[in-house]
Amino acid sequence: MTALGDRLDQIKAEGRSALIGYLPVGFPSVEGSARAMQEMVAAGVDIVEVGLPYSDPVMDGEIIQLAAESALARGTRVSDVFTAVRAVVEAGAVAVVMSYWNPILQYGPARFADDLLAAGGSGVILPDITPDAGSGWAEVAATRDIDTIHLVALTTTTERMHLTCQASSGFVYAAALMGVTGERSSIGGGVEELVGRARDAGAPRVCVGLGVKTGEHAAQVARYADGVIVGSALVRCLADHPDDLEAGIAALRATTRELAAGVRGHV
Amino acid sequence: MTESLQSAPGPFFGEFGGRFLPEALMAALDELTDAYDKAKVDPSFTVELDRLARDYTGRPSIVTEIPRFARHAGGARIFLKREDLNHTGSHKINNVLGQALLTKRLGKTRVIAETGAGQHGVATATAAALMDLDCVIYMGEEDTERQALNVARMRLLGAEVVAVKTGSRTLRDAINEAFRDWVANVDSSNYIFGTAAGPHPFPAMVRDFQRVIGVEAREQMLALGGLPDAVLACVGGGSNAIGSFDAFLDDADVRLIGCEAAGDGIDTDRHAATLTKGSVGVLHGSRSYILQDEDGQTIASHSISAGLDYPGIGPQHSWLKDIGRAEYWPVSDTEAMDAFRLLCRTEGIMPAIESSHALAGAIKLGRELGPEATLLVTLSGRGDKDVEQAARWFAMMPGEDA
Repeated sequence: MTALGDRLDQIKAEGRSALIGYLPVGFPSVEGSARAMQEMVAAGVDIVEVGLPYSDPVMDGEIIQLAAESALARGTRVSDVFTAVRAVVEAGAVAVVMSYWNPILQYGPARFADDLLAAGGSGVILPDITPDAGSGWAEVAATRDIDTIHLVALTTTTERMHLTCQASSGFVYAAALMGVTGERSSIGGGVEELVGRARDAGAPRVCVGLGVKTGEHAAQVARYADGVIVGSALVRCLADHPDDLEAGIAALRATTRELAAGVRGHV
Repeated sequence: MTESLQSAPGPFFGEFGGRFLPEALMAALDELTDAYDKAKVDPSFTVELDRLARDYTGRPSIVTEIPRFARHAGGARIFLKREDLNHTGSHKINNVLGQALLTKRLGKTRVIAETGAGQHGVATATAAALMDLDCVIYMGEEDTERQALNVARMRLLGAEVVAVKTGSRTLRDAINEAFRDWVANVDSSNYIFGTAAGPHPFPAMVRDFQRVIGVEAREQMLALGGLPDAVLACVGGGSNAIGSFDAFLDDADVRLIGCEAAGDGIDTDRHAATLTKGSVGVLHGSRSYILQDEDGQTIASHSISAGLDYPGIGPQHSWLKDIGRAEYWPVSDTEAMDAFRLLCRTEGIMPAIESSHALAGAIKLGRELGPEATLLVTLSGRGDKDVEQAARWFAMMPGEDA
């Protein structure tokens, strides 16, 4: 088992849910993003989802789109993701990389997996790859100690739920709503049932993301999920302070603390 | 006997194609694939589609010989397949009517679509009006500026047009935004994809709906004396080209030539020549040739023609290129515009700038092959939408000296 599964089990034993925080590498700069990830860890994030910016992010809402666009405009490269992964691991958290498929495909999937493991990373979240896509990733992951996290959605059929949960390791990412990443005023209906369906289909652990914004949301999801995934609400902290990283990081700490209290049931 | 290349079913064409999209869309794509597989063998669907093609679109479209134009093309005999004469002014209506009928069969009440030049958006807005469907069209902001007339046409037809302001503000960003809408509204909405690219079932399904172009043209050419030496069509995503090629795929002596947009030239960084200059990757749900940097980030394309300004290509074209069954030639903005003017002045036919790329290819091939050759060119659309842009190119706007 990788550090990811270990950490999630350990957190579960503490009687709480994990806080998983997403930030894209290269926003506002490679160093700035690495530091922001470390600060997020210090403020209570257990697992960092290190985002690899991509030119055509069909799963992402406006906040993450703009952050990715800015990161790419500043010359962020695929290899920068490993710098951020190292920083996260140094800070004492588990790192997984969230990436659309084409950057990994061009880098070379096996080389990507090896470099990620060498940097101390535990796994990948592949939003546009399903287990039956024929990507070849499963063959790469099978010979390495690396987790592959697939997504399930409210529309996922029973047959596909089994396929996806069997093919996933570390955890299964349950998308809390039908839509793109972004903050929402409430958590959509049917999520708890979705988590239950994933567990019934053999998901090792189930974490919930999409639309989670506040400590209250986190507390609500933490009651039934192994982890709570937050992205846009954290990216916004940095985006709201485009020319002032210190102010962005201060906002990031405050939001992270609220969410960290949420996953512990303190709202 | 060699196996037929016609009507290849997907999801993969050789190593190209597939379905690389989020799980959230898989149920909708499966539902669409299933509905299409049933519809295409259901007479209540095919008869209705044929009726619409005849009574609404105006099919079959005619074939026109263009001898005065051909004098500038080595004296070869050149015939145009006149998709420009279809209702709404391009080949796009062929596909849209099929997918709009499918939408009704699925019981959905809203359609979304992307558009580059606006031809697919206009066709979708038209079908939505005809079939009482709500309609939202995503169009890159830059394209709304260069194709303002088509934006007005879509609005007049009752569609909502959303100008996409992210990324390169062109067709590929419009596709991203349409996928985002679809994920969020998949219960009520069907995505009417405009070209033979994207995830399965779109490449095969759109090809099937456009296949009528080549089926008709092949019969028409046989009636006129025989198969042509070559079939030429412009390629952006590649729907009119694959629709033109499919019925000829097993005619080994017929060359198939797709003309892609070389913009300022393939040795500059401003072109959309995906098959000439691209490499294999995944974009918009399928594996195909794309324009990308070494990190797999999509490179912005450029063409004077908004409809060809796309850094990807349908997967079946990538396959036909790799197996050597089709050729893909780059045609620059200047070559296309020269062909545009030549057709206007020699034949009194104003082509779309997209289709002018195929005309430029025909000039080149005609000069190569000479008077013995017979060429069939798909005129995918008419140039009404391009009048302002062409007039600016040739400095013919009022107050400018022509």
